[in-house]
Amino acid sequence: MSATLAELLAEHRFFADLDDEFVGVLAACAHEVHVPGGTVLFEEGGPAQACWFLRRGRVSVEVRTPRGVAVIATVGPGQVLGWSWLFPPYRWHFDARALEDLDAIMLDGPCVRARVEADPRLGYELMKRFTELSIQRLQSTRLQLLDLYGPGHELAEPSDR
Amino acid sequence: MSSQSPPIAELRRRAAGFATGPGPMTPVRYRVAGTRLELAAPRTVTLALVPLDEPLPPFRAGQFNMVWSFGVGEVAVSVSGDPSRTDTPLLHTVRSVGAVTASLCAAQPGDVVGLRGPFGTPWGVEDAAGGDVVFVGGGIGVAPLRSAIDAVLARRDAYGHVAVLIGARSPGDLLYPDEVESWSRRGDLQVEVTVDRAEGSWRGDVGVVTTLIPHIGGDPARTTAFVCGPEVMMRFVAAALVERGVPASRVRISMERNMKCGVAQCGHCQYGESFVCTDGPVFGWDRVGPHFRVVER
Repeated sequence: MSATLAELLAEHRFFADLDDEFVGVLAACAHEVHVPGGTVLFEEGGPAQACWFLRRGRVSVEVRTPRGVAVIATVGPGQVLGWSWLFPPYRWHFDARALEDLDAIMLDGPCVRARVEADPRLGYELMKRFTELSIQRLQSTRLQLLDLYGPGHELAEPSDR
Repeated sequence: MSSQSPPIAELRRRAAGFATGPGPMTPVRYRVAGTRLELAAPRTVTLALVPLDEPLPPFRAGQFNMVWSFGVGEVAVSVSGDPSRTDTPLLHTVRSVGAVTASLCAAQPGDVVGLRGPFGTPWGVEDAAGGDVVFVGGGIGVAPLRSAIDAVLARRDAYGHVAVLIGARSPGDLLYPDEVESWSRRGDLQVEVTVDRAEGSWRGDVGVVTTLIPHIGGDPARTTAFVCGPEVMMRFVAAALVERGVPASRVRISMERNMKCGVAQCGHCQYGESFVCTDGPVFGWDRVGPHFRVVER
């Protein structure tokens, strides 16, 4: 089973070019999961103990507001859901809900943390990847904040200028 | 971009191209045959126009017309219909952002507007034949792309993988939702839609349009991209496409500048050494990318 998980992990974009040795270590902390659409994967404030490497299906990352549920982002095949398990206080900051049936590899957070504490080389490889991921998400969030399609980005007519 | 401004003789030559007919500065009267409210706010309307006089020459996807609201003024608007259909009304999708566009958005069937054109460079979708194609549209930028998408779909077999990526502010701000739905139902088109913000009932993607780029099928090295939207969006989309492996010269973007004469005479739309109205609006990213952060004054 471990070999299959290692292959599935190695196939995932997030682990591209990761040394086979490290893939094998992470596979020992991995589980293949199938999640029905509509399932709440985690909720804001809950203990962050895992992350999901999506192979099929999409997840909605949401926040509850007094006006209802607002969707912050969606995560789909080839992408990673969850990094709060990597940093104290190990609590989720948002809710996550499966929009569709999911196939994913779930990594056990405490298990991975123990492995990277034991081998900083693995920790460095993982940190590089999660840092790149966080930069991508930060850039996306900044663009969202610009409200690019809002009125401020329309070109005014000459007569309005 | 060329290192020198176009010489006066070149500008005259361009203008001379319109020597036949009423001339490039004389509007041709078109009747509003129908209107369609695309979005309530900001008010966005598609005008279906039929000629009352000798019609304008056929347009190519990506070109624009100068549209007169008589007594108010004139604005540049891309043609958003199917360029292969010369038997149907000319379509212009207009968003109300000022006095002229507000007047055009208020037009009723039977009203008369004026058109000059078609002006500018086309998308050049035929150059992409034999390879893969990706369209990336944001907000009202989907309108100028629609004619290019229609042109590709009219010769679908001539192209490889075709993807349409659309970004909108929210699900309610998505332009042409019925057509997007019909494109999605086709088996030969990859259609991805994402919005910047959504309520819990939205079942689609949420995130900026650049997040869709890693999911494009086909071979980046043989892909031609057509991009239209707010300039900041186009800048980030172009960068992401190039990073993915699409050649910069094959990333084509449609510039929006305040165009006035349409024939490179007035200088309103001068952009570096280029005039957007005649050298553009469609440019290769390799040509305009370095100038893309210039603030319009």
